[in-house]
Amino acid sequence: MINQIFFFYFSAVIVAMSVMAITRRQVLHGVLYMLLMFFHIAGLYLFLNAEFISAVQIIVYAGAIMVLFLFVIMLLNLREDIRKKQFIAVWPMGLLVSSGILMVVLMSMLTVRTGTKGVWGIAQIERVTETVAVGTVLYMQYLFPFEVASLVLLVAIIGAIVLAKRKVK
Amino acid sequence: MIPLNWYMWLSGVVFCIGMFGFVTRRNIIIMLLSIEIMFNGVNISLIALSHYLEDLAGQVLVFFIIAVAAAEAAIGLALVMLLFRNKETITVDDLNELKG
Amino acid sequence: MDFKCYILIPLLPLLAFILNIVFGKALIKRHAHLVATAAVAISLFLSVRALIEASSGTVINQDLFTWITSGQFKVSAGFLVDQLTAIMLIVVTSVSFLVHIYSIGYMHGDEGYPRFFSFLSLFTFSMLMLVMSNNFLQLYFGWEAVGLCSYFLIGFWYEKKSAADAAKKAFIVNRFGDFGFGLGVILIFLNFGSLHYADVFTNLGVIASQTVVIFGSRVSLPTLIALLLFCGAVGKSAQLPLHVWLPDAMEGPTPVSALIHAATMVTAGVFLVARANPIFTLSPVAMNVVAITGGLTAIFAATIALVQNDIKRVVAYSTVSQLGYMFVACGVGAFSAGIFHLYTHAFFKACLFLCAGSVMHAMGGELDVQKMGGLKKFMPVTYWTMLIASLSIAGIPGLSGFFSKDEILWKALSSGSPVGKFVWIIGVVTALLTAFYSFRVLFLAFHGTFRGTEEQKHHLHESPSSMTIPLIVLSVGAIVAGYAGVPHILGGHDWIAGFLGKVTGLVPAENVGGAIHVHAEGEMSEWSGMAVSVVVAIVGVSAAAFFYLKRPELPKKIATAFAPIYKLLFNKYYVDELYGFIIIKPCYWVSENILDKVTDKMFIEGIVNGLPALVEWSGQKLRKMQTGVVLHYTLIMAVGVFLLAILVLLGIGTGMGPAK
Repeated sequence: MINQIFFFYFSAVIVAMSVMAITRRQVLHGVLYMLLMFFHIAGLYLFLNAEFISAVQIIVYAGAIMVLFLFVIMLLNLREDIRKKQFIAVWPMGLLVSSGILMVVLMSMLTVRTGTKGVWGIAQIERVTETVAVGTVLYMQYLFPFEVASLVLLVAIIGAIVLAKRKVK
Repeated sequence: MIPLNWYMWLSGVVFCIGMFGFVTRRNIIIMLLSIEIMFNGVNISLIALSHYLEDLAGQVLVFFIIAVAAAEAAIGLALVMLLFRNKETITVDDLNELKG
Repeated sequence: MDFKCYILIPLLPLLAFILNIVFGKALIKRHAHLVATAAVAISLFLSVRALIEASSGTVINQDLFTWITSGQFKVSAGFLVDQLTAIMLIVVTSVSFLVHIYSIGYMHGDEGYPRFFSFLSLFTFSMLMLVMSNNFLQLYFGWEAVGLCSYFLIGFWYEKKSAADAAKKAFIVNRFGDFGFGLGVILIFLNFGSLHYADVFTNLGVIASQTVVIFGSRVSLPTLIALLLFCGAVGKSAQLPLHVWLPDAMEGPTPVSALIHAATMVTAGVFLVARANPIFTLSPVAMNVVAITGGLTAIFAATIALVQNDIKRVVAYSTVSQLGYMFVACGVGAFSAGIFHLYTHAFFKACLFLCAGSVMHAMGGELDVQKMGGLKKFMPVTYWTMLIASLSIAGIPGLSGFFSKDEILWKALSSGSPVGKFVWIIGVVTALLTAFYSFRVLFLAFHGTFRGTEEQKHHLHESPSSMTIPLIVLSVGAIVAGYAGVPHILGGHDWIAGFLGKVTGLVPAENVGGAIHVHAEGEMSEWSGMAVSVVVAIVGVSAAAFFYLKRPELPKKIATAFAPIYKLLFNKYYVDELYGFIIIKPCYWVSENILDKVTDKMFIEGIVNGLPALVEWSGQKLRKMQTGVVLHYTLIMAVGVFLLAILVLLGIGTGMGPAK
C-alpha cells in the first residue's frame, strides 16, 4: 500500500514536472522543472533497486547536463526569443499525434509478455551489492560498448569545443 | 507490489509528453529539453524491466543512454550557441533557409 | 607442316595491320609497305607449303580455342585446311602479295599510305580467316570482316563524296544478303546443334527429308538453308539482284578493286557455295536457283559491259559476269569447275584491273576509254599483259580462261537437265559478249589515235617497275594457271577436279576408280561444245576488231540506230533507278514521315523531353513540402512514427500477425 502511494506520488510529480517543463515560456524555468523531475525519477529508480543508476541520474543528468543547459541559457541573451509564442500554430496537430502514439503505446502495454528472468535477482544483488553487480556486468559483458561510449563522449567533447569556440582572427 | 505495467504506462506518458514538446515548441533549447524527457521516459521502462526481469542489462543500457544524452546535449547546445551567434535567434520557425 | 605454321598464315597479316595502324602514322610512314608485304610474302610461302601438304592428302581440322559459350551454343575458333582451302589460300595470298607490290608504286605519295597498307593487311587477314575457318560462325566473322575492309577501302579517299557513297552502298547492299546468310547460320545451328562443318556435313541425313512451313507453303529444310546461305553469296558476289554495289565500288583505289572486288572477296560467295556443297546437293531447287541466278547475272552484266565507257566499270561488270559463270558451275553440281574458274579468274581479272590502274596512272586518273587510244606505243608492258589477260578471259584456246570456262560450259551442257541446257546457251552467248567487250576496251584504249588532251598526252609514260612486274607475273598466271585443269580429251589429267573432288564430293564421272572412262558419244559432244566455245571467242574478238579497228565509225551508227536498247544498256537497265524508286524512296518517306515525325519527334523526344518535364513539374509541386521549418519536419516524422507504431501493433508487415 505504501509502495503504491509512493509510486503515485513520484509518477504524478514526474508527469506534472514534465508538462511544466515543456510549457514554460522562460527557458530557465523549464530547466528548473526538469531538475525537479530528474530528482523524482532518481527516487523512482531507488524503488526499482537501481541505486547506482539513481546516483548517476542525479550526478550526470541533474549535476552535469542540466547545469550545461543553465550555462548556455545564461550565455545567450534570449530576451527577444522568450517574448515570442511558445508553440507553433498547429500545436493541436502535435497534440493529436502525441496522444495517438500514447494510445498505441498504452494499448501495446496491455499485451506485453515478459521473457525469461535473468540471474540478477534481488537476493543475488544484495549479496554482492548493487554497484559491484552493475560493474561486473558493465565491464565483463558490455566492455566493448562501454569503450565505444567513451569514444562517443570524446567526439562530443571535441565537437562541442570546435563548434562553440569563437574564430580567432 | 506495483505491477510492471504501471511503470510502463508512466514511461509511455513521459515519452509522449516529451514528444509533444519536441514537436510543438519553437524554442530550440526547450526542444532539446524535450529530447531529454523522452530519454527519461525510455529509461524508466528499461529500469523497470531490468528490475522485473532480474537482469542488469537494462541498467547498463540506461547507463549508456545517459552517456549518449550527455554527448547529445553537449553537441546540441554547442550548435545552439553557434546558431545564436550567427542568427541572433533560437526560434526554429525563423530558420527557414532550406525552404524549397 | 606444324599446326603453328597454319596459324601464322592469317596471323602475320593481322600483325602487320596492328603495326601499321598503331605506328604507321608516326613511325613507319613511307615504309609501311615493307611490313605489310613481308607479312603477306611469308603467308604466301606458308600457303604454298599448305598446298603441297594438302595435295598429299593431309587435311588439318583443329580447334584453336573456345570462342563463345552460351548454354547450348558453343563455337570454337579453328582452322580447316583441306584441298579447297589450300587453293583459296594460294589465290588470296598470291594475288594479295602482287597487289601489295603493285600498290607500292600505285599509291606512292598518297596521304594515307600507311593506312592503305594497314587495311590491305586487315583484309588479307579477314579473307584468310574466312577461307580457313572450320565452322560457319568464323566464316561469318571473316565474311563480315572482309565486308568491313571493303567498306574502308572503297571509301579510302573519303573526302570524295562519290567514294564515300559507294562505300556505304556496298556495305548496305551487302547487309541484305548477309541477313539471309545470318538466318541460314542460325537455322543450321538450330537443326544440328553445332556450327562445325564436320558435324554439319556428317549429319545431313537429319534434315534431308524435313520440311518447314513458310507463308503457308511447305519448303524442304535443305532448300531453305541452302537458299539462305545463297542469299549471302548473292550479296557478296554481286549477283542479281544485289549486283549494284560492285560497279560503284570501283571508286576505291585500283589495287583494291583488283584484290577485293575481282580476285578474292567477291569470290567468297562461290567459296561459300562450294564449301557448303553437301547442303546444296541435297536440294535440286536450290541448285537450280543458283544456276539460273548465275546464268542471268552473267548475261545481264555482259550486256551492260558492252556499252560502258569507264574502263574500270567494264572490268567490274565483267567480274560480275564471270562470277555468274562460277555460280552456273556450282548450280549444275560442278563445284570443282566453279572453284577452278575462280582460281584462273583471280589471275586474269586481277591482271586486267591492274592494267586498268596502270592506264589510269598514266592518264592522270582518266577513266573514259573514249578519251584514250594509241596507248600501245607508250605503255608496251601494260598493253601486252592486258592483251594476254583479255585473250584469257575471252576464252582463246591455250590460255587459262579457256580451260576453266570451257569446263563450266561442258559441265552445264552435260548435266542433261533443262536448266543445264538453258544456262549453257546463256553461257555461250555470254562468252561471245565477253570476248567482244574485253577487246573493245583493249582496242579503244591501246589502238588507234590518242583522243585525250595534249596535257595528258605529254604525261603518258609506262608505269614504274613495281607496277609492271606484278602485271607480268599475273599475265603469266593468266596463261599457265589453267593447266592445272586441262580436260582429258585434250590429253590432260584435270588435276584440279580430282584434287578438289575430295571436298566437293562429286568426283567427275570419268575419274571414278582412277580409270579414264569416257563415252564416245560424250567425247563427241564435249569436242563439239569446245568447238562452239572457241568459235564464239574468235567471233567475239574479230567482231571487236572489225568494229573498233576497221570501221571505228560503225559503233556510233549502231548506237543511234538502236538508241532505246543502247540507252537501256548504257544506264545499266535502270536497276539503280528502279531500286531508288522501290526501295530508297519509300525508305526516305518512312524515315521522314514515320520515323522522324512519329517515332523520333513524338516517342523518343517525347520520352526524352517528357521525363525531365515530369521531374520539373513534380519538383515544382513537391518543393512546397520543403517549408524549411524544422517543426514541420519533426511533426511529419512524428506522424510517421505513429503510423509505424500502429503497423507494429496490428502486426502488419512484421510477419507475426497482430499482437495477442
